[in-house]
Order: sequence, then structure tokens, then C-alpha cells
Amino acid sequence: MEGRGEWKVPSRWDNWLGFWRRFARNRLAVMGLILALSMFVVGIFAPWLAPHSYREQNLDAVEQPPSWTYPLGTDELGRDQLSRLIWGARTAVIVASTVTFLWVVIGVLMGSLAGYLGGWMETIIMRLADILFAFPGLLLAMLISATIQPRIEAWMKGIALLRSFVRAGYAEFFVVIFALSLGGWGGMARLVRGQILSIKEEGFVLAARAIGVPTWRVIWRHILPNALPPIVVSVSMGMGGAITAEVTLSFLGIGIQPPTPSWGAMIFDNYTFWRRSFPVAFRLLWLPGLIIAALRFAFNFLGDGLNEALSPGR
Amino acid sequence: MIVYIIRRLLWLPVLLIAVSFLTFALGLHGPGDPCQVRLGQHVNPEALARCRHQEGLDRPLATQYLDYVRKALHGDFGLSLKYQGQPVGRLIAKRLWVTVQLNAVALGLGMAVGIPLGVIAALKANSWLDYAIVAVGVAGVSLPTFTIAPILSWFLAVRLHLLPTGGWDGIFSTKIIMPALVLASGVVTVFVRQTRANMLEEIEQDYVRTARAKGLRERAVILDHALRNALTPLFTIFGLLAGGLVGGSFITELIFGIPGIGRLAFEAFFARDYPVITALTLVTATSYAMASLLVDIGYSFLDPRIGRE
Repeated sequence: MEGRGEWKVPSRWDNWLGFWRRFARNRLAVMGLILALSMFVVGIFAPWLAPHSYREQNLDAVEQPPSWTYPLGTDELGRDQLSRLIWGARTAVIVASTVTFLWVVIGVLMGSLAGYLGGWMETIIMRLADILFAFPGLLLAMLISATIQPRIEAWMKGIALLRSFVRAGYAEFFVVIFALSLGGWGGMARLVRGQILSIKEEGFVLAARAIGVPTWRVIWRHILPNALPPIVVSVSMGMGGAITAEVTLSFLGIGIQPPTPSWGAMIFDNYTFWRRSFPVAFRLLWLPGLIIAALRFAFNFLGDGLNEALSPGR
Repeated sequence: MIVYIIRRLLWLPVLLIAVSFLTFALGLHGPGDPCQVRLGQHVNPEALARCRHQEGLDRPLATQYLDYVRKALHGDFGLSLKYQGQPVGRLIAKRLWVTVQLNAVALGLGMAVGIPLGVIAALKANSWLDYAIVAVGVAGVSLPTFTIAPILSWFLAVRLHLLPTGGWDGIFSTKIIMPALVLASGVVTVFVRQTRANMLEEIEQDYVRTARAKGLRERAVILDHALRNALTPLFTIFGLLAGGLVGGSFITELIFGIPGIGRLAFEAFFARDYPVITALTLVTATSYAMASLLVDIGYSFLDPRIGRE
């Protein structure tokens, strides 16, 4: 291009293509992306993918080894293990994506307000984040679940639109999501604030302000796009963390309540099996755990890959 | 720097008030009345009222809160409802000591393994050894407790009969080995990652080139010059981990039957033992706040650039 003496401004499409090429070079990251996507596909299409119902008990077929009818065998109550794993993905997808979405929205909003406006607004927001940060996340989530859950459910039942939602057993999702996102946004807010503080001083921001671009537009169009790479990376990492947090809570019996399947509750329910023979322990106890581990691997590698691909200079 | 330290110190009471207020407020909205829990469901209203009066549950909320704070400052968190008559303070102190011991062992183990591995990975950057160490590190952080605990238990206890499956006998018993390994696996990763990143940065610095140029042996360049500077930021991580681990060994304590505060919290939540719950949350949040305060102040001594702005 330089030889011909012309230089084209790279289009949006070129930028994406370059990003994808850099990303695709990292095989582990691509594998992570595939694993993460398949979790979403399995979670979204769980009702069509699962061969059996997650709650249907076949008491004639309790603790069955794998067979054609039950590919991964059955648990203590005669429920199909494979179907429960698939429905568990749905729970994980719902909780993890909502929690991460809330983290990002609240964190980015609070962080950009604090970083851009400064002053007392910054003090209040960042101190609030500090306070929530000092609470151990698990304990805060436990405390909320154990104390205000019935109130939230009662409140939701009072609203006609949400009533069927509560009856379908989705109310506990809300409490878990609320508990997890309350403590989580602080880290994101800190990250965004730090980014904005450094970008704010750049020449192009000064230029935009000098020609009278409104504040929200300066933040949205000029500052945030430049702060995007670290945000995207921490979303990917946070997703793995959110899944673990949901699993941990339901392992403790505080989050999603039975019979809604969650990998954490499955591990807890089947915990008595760990002394049994290898195949039984593997099917009922190790498998949900290994799926969670694989997903955490996936999101970590995905985050690393995104980090490399988004900051080519470094 | 003095101003910075004073500002940080002044922040601590504000944080503690906020934390205590939040725990107190959430405790109030609990679904179970502690007196109801203690006396059972079919109790005559008179006895219930007497119990509520004795516990001070019928007073105005502001009075209850102030009373709660005043007593907490004296280390008095009231009596446990589940463990009848035991002072909550003593209960927590006993359990906290177990958790601290377990976490100290895990933290020590994690550092002893993680820092050298991180240095090696940085020195051999982009070799197969580096990739292997980083991969093991990612495995360490990706494997949740409830994945590795049953697998480790199965191999080491059931198959090989090497270690006991759980329980607690102090740090010199073989019972601590498995829970400490499980806890340390996450810690190792943090130290490997940070040490590696810091070392990579330090090796590029001018003073390292100077040290090499004046003919120092490579060993001295790495250990006396680069490593020393690479370790300073690890101080922060050490402090935050020390503060955070107290709340982080929950699952490990549950699975391996260790009577620490993680298990205490679990039991207290299901027994609606409010004095224990609020006190535990307060203690954990305080220990975390203290740890991060000490880290910040200590750091401003180690790296005088901090707090100058």
C-alpha cells in the first residue's frame, strides 16, 4: 500500500478481521470459545436436548449404570443423570449471564460516573464499592438468601406479571442473581474508573469537549470504546467466576432449590457416593465437577486470548 | 505519606459502621424469630414475650443497634442460640483459630511452590517448561474445591489408604494434608501468575542490564536484583489472600469436616443463629478491611512512590 502511495483508513470490517486473525492464532482460546458457546447452546436448548425430564423418577431404575435408555445412568432417585446435567447447564447459563450482565451494566455506569465526574460523586461510589468489597462474597450472598429471600418472593407474588414466574420456581434465581451481583460490580467499577481516569487526559477527549460534545456522548462514544478491551476480558473471566459462585451457593443448599437441577446441588446430593466404586463416583459426583472445571478453563483461556487479540501492541 | 496513612486509618471506622449496620439490618429481616427458633413452634405467647424481652428484641431498633455496636466493641456478641448459652465471641475465637491455622499452612505451601515456579516460568519464557507451568497454574485456579476434593479423597484415602478422609487434629496431624493441598491449589496459581508477570517486567529493566554489564553472575542478577523488586507487589496479594482466605475455606471445611468458621457459618445459617451470623460477617469483613489497611500502609513503606500524589 505504501508503495502505491495510497493509504486506506481501515474499515470496521478490517478491524474485526484483524482481531479474529489474532484471536484464532491462540488455539487454546478458540477451544475455550467453542466450549463456552456449547454451554450456551446446551443451556438454551435443554428442553429439546434432554432425553428425559429432569424431575421424573423411575423407582424401578435407581442407581442404574449407563444403558441405552439412560446414557449416563440414573441417580439415587432414579432420575436420568444426563438430562439433569443438561438442565443444570440451563441453570448455569441463566444465572451466569444475568449476573455478568448486571455486573457490567452497574459496574460500567458507576465506574464511568466516578471516573469522569470525580468529586463527591466519585467518593460515594468508590467507598460504596469498598464496603461491598470488604464483605466476603459468599457470606454476603448467604446472608441475603437466608434473610430477605421470603420477602422478595412475597413481593414478586404480589405482582400479577411475575406470579407465574414465581410458581415456576424462578424466584430463587432472582435472589441468587441479586445476591451475586450486589457484591460483584465493585471490581468492574474500579476497573472502568481506572481506565477512564487515564483516557480522560488524552487529546481527543479534550478536543471533543472543546467543540461542545455533551458529557454522556463523550463517555459513550469517545471514552468507553477505548476502555473496552479490559472490560471484555474481565467479562469473560467474570463469567467463569459467576458459574462457580452459583454452583457454590447451590452446593451449600442456599441458591437454587430442588428439584430445579443445578450442578452444585447435584454434587452435594451425590456426595455420599464418593467412597463407592470408581464408575459410580465418576458418573454422579466427578462429572458435574469436571464440567464446571472445564468451563472455568474455557473462560480463563478465552479471556487470555481476548486480552492478547485486543491489545496487539503489547 | 503521613497524610495518606491517616486518611486510610480514618476510613476504617466508617467502613466498620457501614458493615455492622448492613449485617444488623439484614439480620432483622430474617424470616425466623430467634426466640421462636429456640422455644419451638408451639410455645405459649407469654413465654415468647418473656424471651423476646430478655433478649431485648422488643426495644426500638436504633437502641438495639447501638447496644449491638457497644457490646461488639467489647468483644461481646451475646449468647449463641444454637449452642445454648455459649458466648458467641468465644465460639468464634475457637473456630477462627482452626481456620487461621489451616489457611496459614495452605498459604505457606502455595507461596513455597508458587514463587519459585513463577520465577522459573519467567526465566524460560515461551519455552515448553513455561507453558507447562502456566497450564498447571490455570488448572489450579480452574478446579473448584468440589471437583478436586472428591477426586483426591477417592485416590488418596479410598484407593491408596494413604491419608484419613477428614477431621481435624491440629497442624501436625496427617488430616491436614488433603484440605491444605486443596486450598493451596488456588493460591499457587495466583503466585505463579503474579511472580511470572512481575519477573518478566523486571528482567527488561535498565538496572538488570547494568547489573549484567558490570559482570555480575546471572544468579546474583536474578536473585538479588530482579527477584527482590518482583516480590514487592506480591506483598499486596499476600495480605489480601490472608484476609480473604478466612471467608474462602468454606467448602473445604465443609467437605473435610474441619471445625473452622466456614462450617460454623454454615451451621449457624441453617439454625437461624443470628448472633453468630452477624458476628461472623462482622469479624470476616473486619479482618479483610484490616488486612487491606495493613497492606496499603506496609506498601507505602516498601514503595515510597505510593501515596505521594
